[in-house]
Amino acid sequence: MALLQISEPGQSPNPHQRRIAVGIDLGTTHSLVASVRNGVAECLPDGQGRVILPSVVRYLDAQRRQIGFEALENQVNDPGNTIASVKRLMGRGLRDVAQSEKLPYALVDEPGMVKVRTIAGDKSPVEVSGEILATLRFRAEDTFNDDIFGAVITVPAYFDDAQRQATKDAAQLAGLNVLRLINEPTAAAIAYGLDNASEGVYAVYDLGGGTFDISILRLSAGVFEVLAAGGDSALGGDDYDRALADWLLAESGLKIDSMEDQARLLAHARACKEALSSEEIVTAEVELSTGAIDLSLNREQFEAATAALTARTLQAVKKALRDAKMGKEDIKGVVMVGGSTRMPQVRRAVGAFFGQEPLINLNPDEVVALGAAIQANQLAGNNPDGDLLLLDVIPLSLGIETMGGLVERIVPRNQTIPTAMAQDFTTYKDGQTALALHVVQGERDLVADCRSLARFELRGIPPMAAGVARIRVTFTVDADGLLNVGAKEQVSGVEARIDVKPSYGLSDDQIAQMLRDSFSTAQQDMQARALVEARVDADRLLLATRSALAVDGALLDAAERAEIDAAMAASEASLSSLDAAHIEAVSKALGQATEAFAAARMNHSIAQALAGKNIANI
Amino acid sequence: MNLHDDDFELFGLEKQFAQDRAAVDARWKDLQREAHPDKFAAQGPAAQRIAMQWSVRINEAYQRLKDPIKRAAYLCELEGFAINAHSNTAMPSAFLMQQMEWREALDDARGLEPLEELSDMVEHSREQLLHHCAVQLDEQHDYAAAVGLVRILMFIEKFSHDLNQRLDQFA
Repeated sequence: MALLQISEPGQSPNPHQRRIAVGIDLGTTHSLVASVRNGVAECLPDGQGRVILPSVVRYLDAQRRQIGFEALENQVNDPGNTIASVKRLMGRGLRDVAQSEKLPYALVDEPGMVKVRTIAGDKSPVEVSGEILATLRFRAEDTFNDDIFGAVITVPAYFDDAQRQATKDAAQLAGLNVLRLINEPTAAAIAYGLDNASEGVYAVYDLGGGTFDISILRLSAGVFEVLAAGGDSALGGDDYDRALADWLLAESGLKIDSMEDQARLLAHARACKEALSSEEIVTAEVELSTGAIDLSLNREQFEAATAALTARTLQAVKKALRDAKMGKEDIKGVVMVGGSTRMPQVRRAVGAFFGQEPLINLNPDEVVALGAAIQANQLAGNNPDGDLLLLDVIPLSLGIETMGGLVERIVPRNQTIPTAMAQDFTTYKDGQTALALHVVQGERDLVADCRSLARFELRGIPPMAAGVARIRVTFTVDADGLLNVGAKEQVSGVEARIDVKPSYGLSDDQIAQMLRDSFSTAQQDMQARALVEARVDADRLLLATRSALAVDGALLDAAERAEIDAAMAASEASLSSLDAAHIEAVSKALGQATEAFAAARMNHSIAQALAGKNIANI
Repeated sequence: MNLHDDDFELFGLEKQFAQDRAAVDARWKDLQREAHPDKFAAQGPAAQRIAMQWSVRINEAYQRLKDPIKRAAYLCELEGFAINAHSNTAMPSAFLMQQMEWREALDDARGLEPLEELSDMVEHSREQLLHHCAVQLDEQHDYAAAVGLVRILMFIEKFSHDLNQRLDQFA
């Protein structure tokens, strides 16, 4: 456990100190944390030199838990309390979870998101993921013997709003400052592109443990522009394991009647799958309570049993190419990411589809975390000359329900984020004073086939004849791909707004409660932590303001400058306080004092960017 | 420079229909390099919020500038000629006849070949209309005529969408 560094009263932290920023690949099967050290991104190992952390959490009782390898070892003995592949449950209701009956642990249906029934109580997938993230955070803090400034966490490009929000909540639970959520294929492209100085259009084929992503990106001079993203957030190596387990059962004529059997069979199917990446033939030997399986299995049989899964990935690839308005011949290289791309049939199928050998020169397990680390380093401001720019897209269309259960699309898929789009609606009854809005995500025309994200109401519309009210619904998607919806009646000015969160996600109160209950964070002195966080945040803003003044101080007149200087002095003085709330309040005041300055700087820099261009063109 | 400048001013481009796509793309990236929220990740929430506003505005302009139909519609609207795509659906009868023929051809098409043929025909028609549009907007400055062309192009776009969905089944 890293000791929290709290600077002595009166001594402000060194402004030139490098900020520790990490990239985290929170995977279905395993997770990694990476950071840029001495200019090079590298995955951070645990005390035993292992960079991979199995994404497995085992609850032993109300207090104790095992995370990673220890938990994995006990998966077969204690399947009901050992949660693996929790990523597949993030932001998902019970009916969204495919083949939930085949999971070796029990799910509890809860509004919005399922929970897992364990000896330590019902656990939200967010809490389980939070344990994994906290473990990685501690690993990074131990490595650097310092606090983490912030983290970039990767999500599958095809994750919807609910899944992204759940991931962000898990990070909050783990005490991580999320600099950004970025898409896994984009992270891989950063690591790959920067390593190979690549230019042109690339496809990133990312087949992980539980998710499949395909992204088509244009790489040019540090800009990573996603042209289209597609995939399947419930298709991955796990499905190959299950298909193989089903095949073994069918061949042996045996049945499964306990969670132990299910866990044992799946673990064995996975071992066979992995062995078949290098061997032509393996023997499947499993003792189940209903009998023993002892079969010889060759690569062709495995490939035949899973061919439909590989074909499904290629369907998604075709769709992404069409969305990007690109042909196979336009693709300069195909980058393979994710442990499941080790399977020879996957490499062969992708190679045959694109008519070129896929690129496998980066470790498919590490490349996502490495790319995230590079982005984190830049976002933390450690690389002021860095010119890395990610222009990512939203993977799934967003819309609202209209009459007859149909979806009116407001933000089409593959729109570059951040984005804001609006559409006008009206009332359909005379004197109607409220309008119910149902926000959905997906490509289908029927609401029932899309993912329901939130419901809210716009109330207090003055009574008018049907069709007279003008209700403008605005969808705003931020750089993390998270949605915020607002509705405003234009005639009366009546407004309603929602962070698309409460209907499926966790409320802030729930998160606070979980934080209090959490074993990982309870070990620390919460107050000390809050104080450190307040100081780090305040210091971050001071640093930013100081450097902004150094560059653009000329934009301010004397009175404006004096106001900011006073707010800075107050904030600096507050750093020695032991009252976190006080430090936060003073820092917030500084933020407010610099708002107009920030706007002026932005106008200035945009104008400069344009001026530079125009001169070059003349 | 402010958020309410029109798209052309924001991108520093001539206010006209004819645009070099590569130049539009390049400007978009230049502007995002300055304004993207990622550039302000370490600078506190106020800077983040302003960056987000700018970045959204730049993306909005880019969506309109890069797509010829949206760009044409936008130019008409800037000149005070509204497209009113939803309320005004009056179309020249010759175009409506052609649409009906296309719809029938789409319904009757069996296999990839007739669909691709139809697709080529539609694409050809689209290119011709865009050319007319360019003449009306940039040379004749006849925005009322351009509005009519934009409405037809919007119909064609909807048809292309349906056609592409059929083509998708053969991909």
